[in-house]
Amino acid sequence: MTVLSSADSAPGASSGRLQASIRRGVLIDTIFGAALWAAGGLVLVILGTMIILLAYDGWPALRHFGMAFYTTATWNPVTERFGAMSMLYGTLVTSLIAVVIAVPVSFGIAFFLTEVCPQAFRRPIGVTIQLLAAVPSIIYGMWGALVVAPFIAAWLQQPLISGFGWIPLFGGPANQFSMFTAGLILALMILPFITAMFVETLESVPPMLAESAYGVGATTWEVFRNVRIPYGRTAMVGAGMLGLGRALGETMAVTFVIGNANRISASIFQPGSSIASVIANEFGEAEIGSLKLYSLLQLGFALFVISFIVLAVSRRLVRSRLD
Amino acid sequence: MATTNAGRLARRLAVDKTIKLVSTLLATIALVLLAMILWALFFNGVRALGPHVFLNDTFGRPNGLANAIVGSLIQVGFATVIALPVGVLAGTLLADLGKSSKLGETVRFVNDVLLSAPSILIGLFVYTLIVLPMGRFSGWAGVAALAIVMLPVIVRSTEDMLRLVPVQLREAAYALGASRWTVTRSVLWRAARAGILTGLLLAIARAAGETAPLLFTAFGNPQTSFDLNQPMATLPVQIFNLTLSADADSIALAWAGALIITVGVLALNITSRLLISLGQRK
Amino acid sequence: MFFKRMTATVAATLFAAAFALPAKAQGVEFTGAGATFPAPVYTAWAQAYRQATNNTLNYQAIGSGGGINQIQNRTVDFGASDAPVPSQRLTQQRLVQFPAVIGAVVPIINLEGVAKNQLRLTGDVMAEIYLGTIRTWNDPKITALNPGLALPNLAIQPIYRSDASGTTFVFTTYLAESNATWRAEVAAATSVQWKAGAGARGNDGVAGAVRNTRGAIGYVEYAFAAENNLATTQLRNVGGRFVEATIANFQAAAAAADWENSQDLAASMINRAGENSWPIVSPTYILMPRDPRDPARAKAVLDFFAWAFTPAGDRLAEQLHYIPLPDAVVRRVKAAWPQIVTPQGQPLWTN
Repeated sequence: MTVLSSADSAPGASSGRLQASIRRGVLIDTIFGAALWAAGGLVLVILGTMIILLAYDGWPALRHFGMAFYTTATWNPVTERFGAMSMLYGTLVTSLIAVVIAVPVSFGIAFFLTEVCPQAFRRPIGVTIQLLAAVPSIIYGMWGALVVAPFIAAWLQQPLISGFGWIPLFGGPANQFSMFTAGLILALMILPFITAMFVETLESVPPMLAESAYGVGATTWEVFRNVRIPYGRTAMVGAGMLGLGRALGETMAVTFVIGNANRISASIFQPGSSIASVIANEFGEAEIGSLKLYSLLQLGFALFVISFIVLAVSRRLVRSRLD
Repeated sequence: MATTNAGRLARRLAVDKTIKLVSTLLATIALVLLAMILWALFFNGVRALGPHVFLNDTFGRPNGLANAIVGSLIQVGFATVIALPVGVLAGTLLADLGKSSKLGETVRFVNDVLLSAPSILIGLFVYTLIVLPMGRFSGWAGVAALAIVMLPVIVRSTEDMLRLVPVQLREAAYALGASRWTVTRSVLWRAARAGILTGLLLAIARAAGETAPLLFTAFGNPQTSFDLNQPMATLPVQIFNLTLSADADSIALAWAGALIITVGVLALNITSRLLISLGQRK
Repeated sequence: MFFKRMTATVAATLFAAAFALPAKAQGVEFTGAGATFPAPVYTAWAQAYRQATNNTLNYQAIGSGGGINQIQNRTVDFGASDAPVPSQRLTQQRLVQFPAVIGAVVPIINLEGVAKNQLRLTGDVMAEIYLGTIRTWNDPKITALNPGLALPNLAIQPIYRSDASGTTFVFTTYLAESNATWRAEVAAATSVQWKAGAGARGNDGVAGAVRNTRGAIGYVEYAFAAENNLATTQLRNVGGRFVEATIANFQAAAAAADWENSQDLAASMINRAGENSWPIVSPTYILMPRDPRDPARAKAVLDFFAWAFTPAGDRLAEQLHYIPLPDAVVRRVKAAWPQIVTPQGQPLWTN
């Protein structure tokens, strides 16, 4: 606030000082403005170089294998034939299992929290769920590998296999390292995240709308289904997609339990691998300049493109409500 | 007519009741499962805790996590020093530009992409950018990866918080003839101080728990190291390696490490929540 | 962890070293990187060696592939690999190769009611298990080898290394020598396209996965099986005898290696003749540049291994369940060292 203080001085002397002060202010502002733009520009540059580097470094794999890279499931370091199919398959299957489980359950919890739960418990439970969304994914992965995986194999997979084993999708034997286990851990990981966003959306529904529906004699569920959901539908779909995005790119929670098998199995109870897990497992030892390294980088690029699309769509849906 | 109406009402009430029951059940199951995570964490973690966890290295006797704790602190610290100024400046830019600006919208979108991009890709990026030219894994590469993890969180929260500052405050300051720098520093940042701090805490919490971007950057080191030019251990990566082992002592140590991280991350989150609610009360 | 015994061995000396260090002059610090299979013994040697000489080795267990990579880029003073590097590549990269220590790969199983070294397997059957053609423990091909054992109708869960590994190279070499289908469809390498089973990271990871999975089978460096008390099996050697996974049987195989006709000191110890020879034994190798950039550090590496080959080093190796190199082989190794020269062309080592 130098401008203000200088106004107290004698008029003659102050005009010179005032000008100097304004000049200094202008200079500082120019520097400050430049700093702001430099910082904003850096955000652009980071993402830009990230895309360019991944695309550039992965290019030799695409040049060598052509589009067959994305249509073959071979991953053979001996013959140096690499294809992305099995990882794409594993990534999609585990993420779909996660979303198919997490979204309905989140939906149920959101209904419970906004309509059924006694008022006194809503905030504590809501905050707990939000905190669980902040727990690092490695904790979920570790818990999944050490505590849940053996349990799932015996108590969830085995009954499913006995009942539906004739469908190849649920074929035996039970295996604690499997796409199903990975999907389930992912579901638990994204559950708090999706639930928190659902609750936030549902609570933003104007009370007037719900009250009028109750006024004409609708039940709680009917109000929920016909008033609250339609109001928040776009944002909820967006929330689900954000959850999908998280599941697609998750590394640690998956690597522990998916079984790291680079092949396509019809049964979800068999081991598989995801893009992120194969990078985590094999990137460290891939030789510089080797086809394997380029193939892994190309996989990274593919993961980027997939998450970019999912993110762009979900952002449109979620932001449209926020703005 | 009357009977069918009554029947319909009964059915509607029954549906309502069933769904309420199912949702309560789902919520209970989910909460129990999630509570089980925390329980397993505390039960196994507390049992394995002891002074050796904080004092000994991987090859200590008994094995400890000192190298990982020191490494995590150093790297998250340096990442904060880098990400904080850049993030606050970029967030300020976005708040200044407002929603109508095309360029602002682009930066905002790019920031959101960075915020949700799979973190392992940040690891690949830093590997090609820093590890390959340097010829080795290093603490600096880990710092760079964590800074990229933190940056978008800080940008986003700074922008959101600055937007909450009443326009009148800003206008009044400009009307007094204050420069942009003065207005930003003395009015905007001061008003949004608690909010920006909140964002910073959340960013630190996120960086402290990240594993994937560090696998091929900081790499790991069995000994406590202060040299950022050499590979450096971090708590999450060490937990990853310990969990995969066959031996009960290592797994117990992994639980202890997991407990330390989770308590730290949750403490940061709870503090940031308290900051927000304090700000609201004021 | 596996390092328990190692630390037990050197803990006392280390304790002394911690206090003695400030008094001594600053030693040379040199770095190596590569194979995880011998990492425990290199680390044990390094700790004891620092105590003895004040020279410090910083060994990074990043896998054999990484070790070869790093020494080619000359970012370390020596590389370590379980798979020998082909002669042509050694010449091209101006590298010298020599073995450092010998280890054995053993199958480990998690099968209720089957004790350590009780189950009998052959390379052919192991290959079929990992090919996915033998799927249950009561498969006729397994029961035929084990007439006395009641094997359950339980699915076999094969566990393999998900990272590129020298252990995998040694194991798949054995499978390829034992089974024609394996040789044709999968072959031997540090990382292959597995037909069945699930992958785990590192020797430790495989041991952990087998321990936690009912019906699992895996393969690890012997030390990891011994330290974690996992059930090993018998294997049929080329002589047709079933042998147990014991140090004596590993030594029998190591003694049967043909060093006479070996090239670049790479002698195969897989499927060696001899009544007691364990079929999967292998040396692990060190790679050094012929023209090191920093001769002082290269000399420190040679001094270090010369020390490791003394009885003191041998004892440490044996305590960790490795097999020290026979004296005759040590002489061959030292005879190869004068190939490493200073920029002036002076050999760094003279015998």
